[in-house]
Amino acid sequence: MSGGAADSGLHERTLADLAEGLATGEFSSCELTEALLARIDRHGTTLNAFITVTAGQALEQAAQADKVRASGDAGRLTGLPIVHKDIFCTEGVLTSCGSRILDNFVSPYDATVVERLSAAGMIMLGKTNMDEFAMGSSTESSYFGPVNNPWNTQRSPGGSSGGSAAAVAARLVPAATGTDTGGSIRQPAALTGTTGIKPTYGRVSRYGMVAFASSLDQAGVITRSAEDAAMLLGVMAGCDSRDSTSADHPVPDYVAALAKPLKELRVGIVRQHFDEGLDEKCADAVRTALRTLEEAGAKLVEVDLPNIDLSVPTYYVVAPAECSSNLSRFDGVRFGHRAGDPQDLLDLYCRSRGEGFGAEVKRRIMTGTYVLSAGYYDAYYLKAQKVRQLISQDFKDAFESVDVIAGPTAPTTAFAIGEKTDDPITMYLNDIYTIGANLAGLPGISVPCGLIDGMPAGLQLVGPHFGEGTILACAHQYQQLTDWHTRCPEDFA
Amino acid sequence: MSSRWEVVIGLEIHAQLSTKSKIFSGASTAYGADPNTQACLVDLGYPGMLPVLNAEVLRMAVKFGLAVNAKIAPRSVFARKNYFYPDLPKGYQISQYELPIVEHGELFIRDDEGNEKRIGLTRAHLEEDAGKSVHASFDDATGIDLNRAGTPLLEIVSEPDLRSAREAVAYMRKMHSIVRYLGISDGNMQEGSFRCDANVSVRPRGQEALGTRTELKNLNSFRFVEKAINFEIERQVELIEDGGEVVQETRLYDSDKDETRAMRSKEEANDYRYFPDPDLLPVELDDEFVAAVQKTLPELPDAKQQRLVEQYGLKVTDAEILTVSRTLADYFEAVTEKTSAKPQAAANWVIGALSALLNKENRDINDSRIEAVALAGLLDRIADNTISGKIAKEVFDAMWFGGGSADEIIEAQGLKQITDTGTIQSIVDAVIEANPGQVAEYRAGKDKLLGFFVGQVMQQTRGKANPGQVNQILKDKLR
Repeated sequence: MSGGAADSGLHERTLADLAEGLATGEFSSCELTEALLARIDRHGTTLNAFITVTAGQALEQAAQADKVRASGDAGRLTGLPIVHKDIFCTEGVLTSCGSRILDNFVSPYDATVVERLSAAGMIMLGKTNMDEFAMGSSTESSYFGPVNNPWNTQRSPGGSSGGSAAAVAARLVPAATGTDTGGSIRQPAALTGTTGIKPTYGRVSRYGMVAFASSLDQAGVITRSAEDAAMLLGVMAGCDSRDSTSADHPVPDYVAALAKPLKELRVGIVRQHFDEGLDEKCADAVRTALRTLEEAGAKLVEVDLPNIDLSVPTYYVVAPAECSSNLSRFDGVRFGHRAGDPQDLLDLYCRSRGEGFGAEVKRRIMTGTYVLSAGYYDAYYLKAQKVRQLISQDFKDAFESVDVIAGPTAPTTAFAIGEKTDDPITMYLNDIYTIGANLAGLPGISVPCGLIDGMPAGLQLVGPHFGEGTILACAHQYQQLTDWHTRCPEDFA
Repeated sequence: MSSRWEVVIGLEIHAQLSTKSKIFSGASTAYGADPNTQACLVDLGYPGMLPVLNAEVLRMAVKFGLAVNAKIAPRSVFARKNYFYPDLPKGYQISQYELPIVEHGELFIRDDEGNEKRIGLTRAHLEEDAGKSVHASFDDATGIDLNRAGTPLLEIVSEPDLRSAREAVAYMRKMHSIVRYLGISDGNMQEGSFRCDANVSVRPRGQEALGTRTELKNLNSFRFVEKAINFEIERQVELIEDGGEVVQETRLYDSDKDETRAMRSKEEANDYRYFPDPDLLPVELDDEFVAAVQKTLPELPDAKQQRLVEQYGLKVTDAEILTVSRTLADYFEAVTEKTSAKPQAAANWVIGALSALLNKENRDINDSRIEAVALAGLLDRIADNTISGKIAKEVFDAMWFGGGSADEIIEAQGLKQITDTGTIQSIVDAVIEANPGQVAEYRAGKDKLLGFFVGQVMQQTRGKANPGQVNQILKDKLR
């Protein structure tokens, strides 16, 4: 097929739409896959959203999916395309984690997320670019270069799942997996006008997901609608005996739950979210969204998260501490980058790691090593754990009186590439509204809620533990009342 | 060593738990496989791999805790011990730090005066073993074998209650015997399944404050523990008496040179940056679990020893030897059960002749060439006077080296004891007749010659004559 995706219009459709098209025989998975691969081919370089495109493998999988469909055994996701953040291990395919230290690492196995989506019949088109080891909020720390925002290629798509967000926003693919340790799904979703969900900690298995901060990491998806996210989450979620922290908690039918109306939904508004630091136009967009919810019958309730201001400093103790340990395995001994001609063991370690890791990763390893050191552990790591408890308790208290907490996802719209790279603290503050959910292990979703000077803004909905059904329904109902999520960056229409 | 000095020793014993698979992965723990054939992606520390706790190690650790009267923690936590080494694939070892699974236990040994002495156990915690570096067979490079990486270990830490190298060995032997009784470790020291580090210090007798300690590594046999500690005590005392100071450091024992030497000082020690492992949930054990494990506890060495003394009237020292291993005690009891001989006689044979041959051939009691029922058969023939004790040793050797039951060997080799008085009398008569000179001397008062006559009779009967009868008849006839 040579007509290309622009002609077919397939790229414009959501996952739910495409599922119907496949089911009715309107087009085949091969046609769909070819159309999107052509589109990735055309726009991939502009955006730098991909580290690997697995065209050959994708076409084989698509042919297989069409066979399955012909035999009548197709599920709803059979033959639908997806891309994976390059943090997920994929058998036989480069899994770089955006780092030079893994730029030769071909995983011998599939992550649970990959395995489950693949078992459901989905076609993997490639692996997306990301901040190195998911450490960053702009996808600029990638060894493979920064990702450009489809809404304005001079700007960042956010991060760390910037490649996934940009690919979905530019309609190169209808869905992408991501991971979220401090906002890495929700913030790029907000900055690219896509929908991104980070489930409850433990909802989705971390097996095969290269670890950044194990107590915070959680896999999720970036899509064009809450409905699409619900379709995927139902397959990804569930207990996995290979991850001890995965939750043995039943997985509800998220798609069925979408129909729940907004009426009587108690929506919490956090006073602290509208303090200084939030761009006034972003604040307006969020306020408008909240009014939309209210007009549809939701009840807005003011809630207090008294310790939420401490979430960024707490995060920047806990996350680096865990990463300093998690990244110790990259030592040049068994896999990944190994320095040439090492003189001795110390030289092998120092140069393999020195050459293999980028500046932000090194900064966090050093911070983490420091906060765990004898004499500093109590003052930093232990103190941070205590504050984390307080923040969790604040959310718990708040959810006594509300069903979801709503607010901005990020303080501003997408910033220029290079704007914050010299100032880590400003960069870190981009996650000020998202980090709390990670510290408390809560599910959060970001949905598009406006365009400010041509750039998307995001509304974040946070739910109680295992409240994915509630926040997906709220997001879906909001998307029935608005069309921000259907807006497409002009150059990629 | 001058008695001015008191020695203070604490031991850290690493017992490898005898699970089939590793503590956090499904890979096999079998010893001796080709390098890196028993290391799965978890053991290799591959990106994205996560540890999953093997529940069997919890049962084993709890079993141990109960056996040493310890407190079983209702909640224990795995922590990461961070350091870089090529045989440590993840760059950290998963261990327990602040909250170990077992705390505050005790066991009893005999001190240097032979009195029972209580040794406190500070804690026992679960951890994974590292792999090992292979220096041979590579030019200019070091190989890494990760088969051992992830093997479950129970690290047992004693209080500094030991006061001599001998006590340290007694403690280690007792611990060795307990873990084997419990069936939680094979205790194989050659294969490194049971090894120990010793913390050693000395202080002037009467002083309360502890002296500066050194930690001795690489003590992989009872003998080395004793030798290394004694060397170290002497080194420390000499150092202090010469006006020097002991430096806190880790020292490696070199068994070839029989000396310890400095490995790294306190300043060079790693800062392990322990913190709770976020990949593993805290281990929570309820009373029900502990009670279920309690039911699986076997009779332990101390209880068994006491029972053997009370039930069979054994000498305490013999009961002590028999109960060092559960299988040896089981063997003894199996023999006793099947023989009409006295239990003490059975004990003498097991501890004496049998153990000697087992040791000589380096065999475990389970691989004894003479089964318990066969030994019982031999003891029966001694008890019913079919053979003498001396002949019995011959039969025993024949059973060991050639197989067969005692009865078969006695029958085939005609070793049956001569107890017929008439037969013995006629042999005695012949001996007296053949040795008139000695008879005269004996009758003149040289009593010692009785042995000569006994020897002559035994020679004639190839040892088969009942020694008691021979003695009596000779005495009567020579009177």
